[in-house]
Amino acid sequence: MENIIEVENLYKRFGKVTAVDGISFSVAKGEFFGLLGPNGAGKTTTIRTLYGFSPPSEGLIRIFGIDIQDGWRAVKARIGVCHQENTLDPDLSVMQNLHIFAGYFSVPPDEARDRAEELLDFFALSHKKRAKVAELSGGMARRLILARALINRPDLLILDEPTTGLDPQSRHQLWDKLDALKRSGLTVVITTHYMEEAAQLCDRLVIVDHGKILVEGSPESLIAEHAGRHVIEVEGPDESLRKFVADRDIAHEDLEQRLILYTSEDSSLNDTIREKFCMDKCTFRNGTLEDVFLRLTGRELRE
Amino acid sequence: MIRLNTISWRFFKVWKRNLVTYQKIWKVSFITPLLEPMLFILAFGLGFSGMIDVVSYAGADFSYTQFMAPALIAVAVMYNAFFETTYASFVRMYYQKTFDGMLATPLSLEEIIIAEIVWSATKATAAAAIMMTVLGVLGFVDFPAGLMILPVALLGGLAFGAVGLFFTGVTPSIEMFNLPIFLFITPMFLFSGTFFPVSNLPAWARPLALAFPLHHLVEMVRGFGLGAHETSGLFSLVYLLIFSIVFTLAALAAMRRRLIK
Repeated sequence: MENIIEVENLYKRFGKVTAVDGISFSVAKGEFFGLLGPNGAGKTTTIRTLYGFSPPSEGLIRIFGIDIQDGWRAVKARIGVCHQENTLDPDLSVMQNLHIFAGYFSVPPDEARDRAEELLDFFALSHKKRAKVAELSGGMARRLILARALINRPDLLILDEPTTGLDPQSRHQLWDKLDALKRSGLTVVITTHYMEEAAQLCDRLVIVDHGKILVEGSPESLIAEHAGRHVIEVEGPDESLRKFVADRDIAHEDLEQRLILYTSEDSSLNDTIREKFCMDKCTFRNGTLEDVFLRLTGRELRE
Repeated sequence: MIRLNTISWRFFKVWKRNLVTYQKIWKVSFITPLLEPMLFILAFGLGFSGMIDVVSYAGADFSYTQFMAPALIAVAVMYNAFFETTYASFVRMYYQKTFDGMLATPLSLEEIIIAEIVWSATKATAAAAIMMTVLGVLGFVDFPAGLMILPVALLGGLAFGAVGLFFTGVTPSIEMFNLPIFLFITPMFLFSGTFFPVSNLPAWARPLALAFPLHHLVEMVRGFGLGAHETSGLFSLVYLLIFSIVFTLAALAAMRRRLIK
C-alpha cells in the first residue's frame, strides 16, 4: 500500500516547551486517519508541520514521497487544509472566496468556476453563492471552509477540529459529507475532541498526549484492548464492591462517588454485579472510545 | 531569516485578492483623494493669502498654494501606503487569519509580504493619480512633466508600505500603531518641507529633514509637478530606493519571525 504521509521522529520545540516529542506514524492512501488528544497534547502542532506551516525542530516528514522541507510548494499544491479557526475572507462573497482561493493554486478561472459550483452544490451552499461570509451561520461557514479546502482537488485533506462549536444538526451533516469524501477514496487526516466523530469516521487513529503517541489502532481494536466491550458504572459504590473488584482483579477506575468497571463479555460477572452491588444506580453500556481516551489520558483538566 | 528564493510571480495573486476586495469599497475610497486637495487648497488659499505673500523656494518665488499643492500628493501617498500595511494588513493577519489561509496553499510567506507592500503602493499610486488630476485641473501641476508623479508615487508607496509592514511585524497589538504614527509619521508630515521649505529650518535641523523619506518624496513630486526642487533628484531617488529595499527586507524578517512558529 502506498503511503501518503510518513512522519519519522518528529520533534517540535518552542523555547523550552516540547510540543511534539518524537512522533512517528504513516498514513496509507485512502485512509481516514485520526489524531486524538487533550488540549495542548500537540495535535495542532503536528498538523501544522504536515502542511508546511511550521518547520519541525527535528525529524522527517514525507508527503506523497516528497520531503516537505524541500518540496513544500509541490506538496502544498496537492493538499487541502481546513483550519480550526475561520480563515475565510469576510470581505468577499461565498463564490469569490472559492474563486480567489483557486487562484492561489493556479486553477484557471473557468475551471475554478465549475469546481466552485460543484462544491457549493455538494455542500448545500448553492443558494448562498452571492452571500457575504459574515452572513453565514457557523455550520455554513464550516462547510464553505471545507469546500474551499477541496478547490484544488487535493490528494490529501487535513482537517483540524472541523466540527468544534457546531450544533448537532450541522455536525451530523458535516459527518455525512466527510463520509462521502472518504468513500470517494480521499486520504484524510483529522484532529478532533469528539470521540464519537473519531469512532465513526476514522479507519485508524492515534491518541497523543504530552507530545507522544500513547496508542495506535482502529477504533474497535482500541476499545477492545483498553476499555473492554462492556462497561458498568456504579453510583455510590460500597466497600464490599471495592473488595469484590480487587479480589477478582477487574479493570476499573475509582472516582470515589462512582466506580467504572471495564469487563469482558462474561455475562455471569455482569449478573453478579447487577444482583449484589447495584443498590443505588448502575449503568450497563458498551465500551466507547471516550472510555479509552479518559483511561489513557486521565481525567484531570488540562487548561 | 530572510528567504528571497521563495519569491515568485505568484505574489500577484495575493495582490489581485486585495484588488478584488478594494473594488467593493472603491467608490468610498476615491472620495478622499478627490475632495481632500480641494479642501486644503481652499483652506490655505483663503486663510493664508493675506499673511503669506510668496514662498521663496529653490531660488524662485511661488504662491503658497502652488508651493504646498505637490506636497499634498506626497503626503497622501505616505498615508495611503502606511495605513494599508499597518492597520489593514494587521487586520488581515491577526483578526481575519487571511495569511493563515493563504499559507495552506502553494504561496510562500514572502510572496504574501511582497504582495501586501506592492498592493499598498498600488493603492497609494491610485490616490496620487486622482489628486494629480484634480490639482492639474486647478492649475497646480505642470503637464506633461507632472505625469512622472505616478512612478514617483509608486516608489514612495513601496517605501512607506514596506516600513509600515515592518511595524506590523513587530507591533504587539493594533493599538500600538499609535507609537510609530506619533513618533515617525506625524513629525515627518510636519517637517519634510511639506508646509514650508526645509531651507527655512535652522541649520542643525536640516539634516534631520533630509533623513525623512517623506522629504525626498515631496521633493521629487514637487520637482515634476512644480518644476522646482531643493534636494538633488538623484539623491532623493537613490534614498527612496535604498529605504524601500532595507525595509522590505526588515518586513520579511519581522513577519517570518512573527508568523512562522
